[in-house]
Amino acid sequence: MSEAQQSIRTETFNIPAALKDAFLTAFVMGALALPLAGFRIGEQGGAFFAEQRMDWVLIAVVAGFIGRFFLSLARVSLAPRIAPPAGAFFGGIGSWLHTNMVLMSGLAIIAAVILPFLPFTDRLILDRAIYMLIYVMLGWGLNIVVGLAGLLDLGYVAFYAVGAYSYALLSTHFELSFWICLPLAGLFAAGFGVILGFPVLRLRGDYLAIVTLGFGEIIRVILLNWYTVTNGPDGISGIARPSLFGLMEFTRNPKEGVVAFHEFFNIPFSGEHRMVFLYFLILALALITNFFTLRMRKLPVGRAWEALREDEIACRSLGINPTNVKLSAFAIGAMFAGFAGSFFATRQGFVSPESFTFIESAIILAIVVLGGMGSQIGVVIASFVLVLGPEFIRELQEYRMLAFGGLMVLIMMWRPRGLLAYRDPTIRLWPVKSKGARK
Amino acid sequence: MTTATAPTRLLEVEHLTMRFGGLVAIDDVSFSANDKEITAIIGPNGAGKTTVFNCLTGFYKPTVGRLTLHHPKGDFLLEQMEGFRIPQKASVARTFQNIRLFPQMTVLENLVVAQHNVLMSASAFSLAGLLGLRRYKDAERESIELARYWLDKVGLLDRADIDAGNLPYGDQRRLEIARAMCTEPVLLCLDEPAAGLNPKESAELNELLLFIRDSHKIGLLLIEHDMSVVMKISDHVIVLDYGCKIADGSPEAVRDDPNVIRAYLGEDEDEELPPEVLADLKIDTPKPQNMPGSE
Repeated sequence: MSEAQQSIRTETFNIPAALKDAFLTAFVMGALALPLAGFRIGEQGGAFFAEQRMDWVLIAVVAGFIGRFFLSLARVSLAPRIAPPAGAFFGGIGSWLHTNMVLMSGLAIIAAVILPFLPFTDRLILDRAIYMLIYVMLGWGLNIVVGLAGLLDLGYVAFYAVGAYSYALLSTHFELSFWICLPLAGLFAAGFGVILGFPVLRLRGDYLAIVTLGFGEIIRVILLNWYTVTNGPDGISGIARPSLFGLMEFTRNPKEGVVAFHEFFNIPFSGEHRMVFLYFLILALALITNFFTLRMRKLPVGRAWEALREDEIACRSLGINPTNVKLSAFAIGAMFAGFAGSFFATRQGFVSPESFTFIESAIILAIVVLGGMGSQIGVVIASFVLVLGPEFIRELQEYRMLAFGGLMVLIMMWRPRGLLAYRDPTIRLWPVKSKGARK
Repeated sequence: MTTATAPTRLLEVEHLTMRFGGLVAIDDVSFSANDKEITAIIGPNGAGKTTVFNCLTGFYKPTVGRLTLHHPKGDFLLEQMEGFRIPQKASVARTFQNIRLFPQMTVLENLVVAQHNVLMSASAFSLAGLLGLRRYKDAERESIELARYWLDKVGLLDRADIDAGNLPYGDQRRLEIARAMCTEPVLLCLDEPAAGLNPKESAELNELLLFIRDSHKIGLLLIEHDMSVVMKISDHVIVLDYGCKIADGSPEAVRDDPNVIRAYLGEDEDEELPPEVLADLKIDTPKPQNMPGSE
């Protein structure tokens, strides 16, 4: 590490090489800008004409030249000074968080629990918090498949969709309550996890990613086209909202024989009651996912997942059945996506295939990878950055996604293994050495 | 049942043939390995030694042949078993020529993963484990004790909690043997365990293998290039060349076998070999008449 830094520092700035590089960039820039920005098609009096915009091309070429030159300059003079401290900063936060894990997760849970009752918490904040928690839960679910079992799944949103549609269909056709549908949706999604698992048992890495990507698209296309069942692009509306375990409803005028929440507690009706309930529901679901995963990790099946990620051939030589290990990872990961999906359906009251596009899978995967594969707290931080981050930089308008992409590139440069890449052993022979007392 | 002086057959390989397309990697090889003995398979590079191992441990399905393992629980026909069932049911463990540990898991975790099947049934497919039942906790404690025993034997006890990938090479080799032993095998197959070890580590390895043979009463099958290991510890040596068995017998007998010398040193017996090659082979001179009869 220190040697590598040394070699970067001693690298001198090579002006001719940088100039040559910049010229090349300017040339590529010009070649790209000429067809893209060089002409503008206009229409006047029914006739088309092409307006030349060579000034734009010139600006692009000059910007490309200067930008590339300064980037070369920055890489030699600036990057060695910024990158290691930034990397160390995040690494420091990571190890600090992990050494104070119990305290920090306790504080985080307390903060999450009291959030709805804080004076500044309004509908918007609560809504955003619910939105983020869905992604936290999905991230934790996908972490089982990607982070622990090492199976790169690009179609995770398919299970989320299966869960959402299971609840939507069961609720609209059979009027089953949320609390019956929730486990059913998880079961269906797990079933789909196994269905996907079988054909991909022999695949690994890139090939697995391609097949799972295809699977995600298949589910979405089926939802879009099987009009008689899924109502196609129109989606399913009128999905029942959750009740308080079937005891009370969060509506102003409840059905016959059901007590309304505000009537029971004798408080004025407010739409926020349901919001707070939904918030606690997703918080509980997400925490269940987390604790389940943490516990599974310390069980033989969890260790087998990690062993499979490390070396499948060695697993087979130890008598571990790779089929069972993979299928269990797929099924359990999918089950949590199914739970999250049925929560999504009940929150929205409406589902349509639009909510389950590839970009959702990509964001969930980005959350897992950015957070640090296998790191539970990393998922929370990455969800915060990736889901709420774009909200904070709304002022940037159309440059928002550009900034978002740039941010991800920077994080991956500084912390290639994720923000909080850290693995806690599942079992120890010796007690953890106290801080400072190093061998 | 049997006394130590009358060894019992543990593994019988009959007419094993493995073809990859037109290439015959192993051609009608038959041999047997005894229980509580170290059987070494030697031969020049590309002789098919690792292919024999891969057939035995289910990574390849042999084209022709029967592989019988006489397990205390009954006989197993290894060629008919699915890969992962061979270690699981027939208790055959193996190590790999290029070490295959779980590098990002700790040393202890590597050894506990090896006891997966025992722990899995104790945890009732995770249910008992999730509920934290005593039955699983006891099984886990036992698995740690077994791991601790083997860590002690391979001298890695104080490094139990560091990542296996951070161990030095020699330690990784020994850890892989410990991990294989944690599956409690009746037959342990070691693919070049001494490769890359220095003479001191190699001597320690000899002791470990003899300890496993004598204290755990299991059979060992060994592929090795390091003749100092083969000649010192094996009870029985099988020599392969171009997929065929060319010699089979005690280390001394094999060392004096003209076929073996020809396979290792080439056809021309009068050819002078460079001294470093002779040193590698631990053979004093290529001419059979000058060879010592025994150690």
